[in-house]
Amino acid sequence: MPGLIGKKIGMTSVFSADGKNIPCTVIEAGPCLVTQVKTVETDGYEAVQLAFDEKREKSTSKAEAGHFKKAGVTPKRSVVEFKGFEQELNLGDEVTVDIFAEDSFVDVTGTSKGKGFQGVVKRHGFAGVGGATHGQHNRLRAPGSIGAASYPARVFKGMRMAGRMGGDRVMIESLKVLKVVPESNLIIVKGSVPGAKGSYVIVEM
Amino acid sequence: MDLIKIAEEAFKTESKEQPSFGAGDTVSISYKIKEGNKERIQIFKGVVIQVKGSGSAKTVTVRKMSGNQGVERIFPLNSPFIEKIEVNRYGKVRRKRIYYLRDLTGKKARIKERRM
Repeated sequence: MPGLIGKKIGMTSVFSADGKNIPCTVIEAGPCLVTQVKTVETDGYEAVQLAFDEKREKSTSKAEAGHFKKAGVTPKRSVVEFKGFEQELNLGDEVTVDIFAEDSFVDVTGTSKGKGFQGVVKRHGFAGVGGATHGQHNRLRAPGSIGAASYPARVFKGMRMAGRMGGDRVMIESLKVLKVVPESNLIIVKGSVPGAKGSYVIVEM
Repeated sequence: MDLIKIAEEAFKTESKEQPSFGAGDTVSISYKIKEGNKERIQIFKGVVIQVKGSGSAKTVTVRKMSGNQGVERIFPLNSPFIEKIEVNRYGKVRRKRIYYLRDLTGKKARIKERRM
């Protein structure tokens, strides 16, 4: 879907006309530059590669530098491919936040905050083992049984256990666009968006 | 942070003039109450315990004595339900959040007036 690369700025809340306090996230989206146009003849499918956020020449690898040079743009930090842009886009073209309309709905993809090594209660929503009293020892947040006995004599693959949590690619679908501020390249969506402040997100229509 | 302010600005419709006040001041806040489809205005008068937050999320906690019972209400200052805020009396207090007032009653709970 057509969209933009953005940066999560943070959350705030606004009052709607009927007095409801609406939580919202501010995203600085674009302006993104076209760094590659993929066509059916050359790549087998249609797509547009966009790049966002300035990066120093020094921290750009030669391969990347060549790619950006070909498009005639300065090196960028984030590069993402999008499909389905209606307008004709050429190398070096700028795509701004104007493509989003107020009161429309967008999907936002980001990398969720890393939570470290977490137990099953937090990671998978297990209920834990009953109460803390009545002879309970130290199994309050334990997973309980993870399988049967001599048959199958193993733990099944995919058993939900403790482990690293967060840091996953997460898409939140159908967030309402409350406001678009083209002067500052801002898009304000209702609700929360995955990731920490300052992390890159993909906003798609 | 600046971009968040810009975003909050974008939602502002009309800028309602609100008087400046802080902890220790006595204010009366008129706010609209919806009952079915009727709307009426109620006034809550009390001492400001704290002013919290910034921008569109700014709130004020007001405490009053209702008979013998202390009542506190938190008002979002940017809520469209807030009709008017009036400062009745400026109080002289030393701190920004006067939670100690909750433990005081009667003559002890008096706050000295600040001469403007």
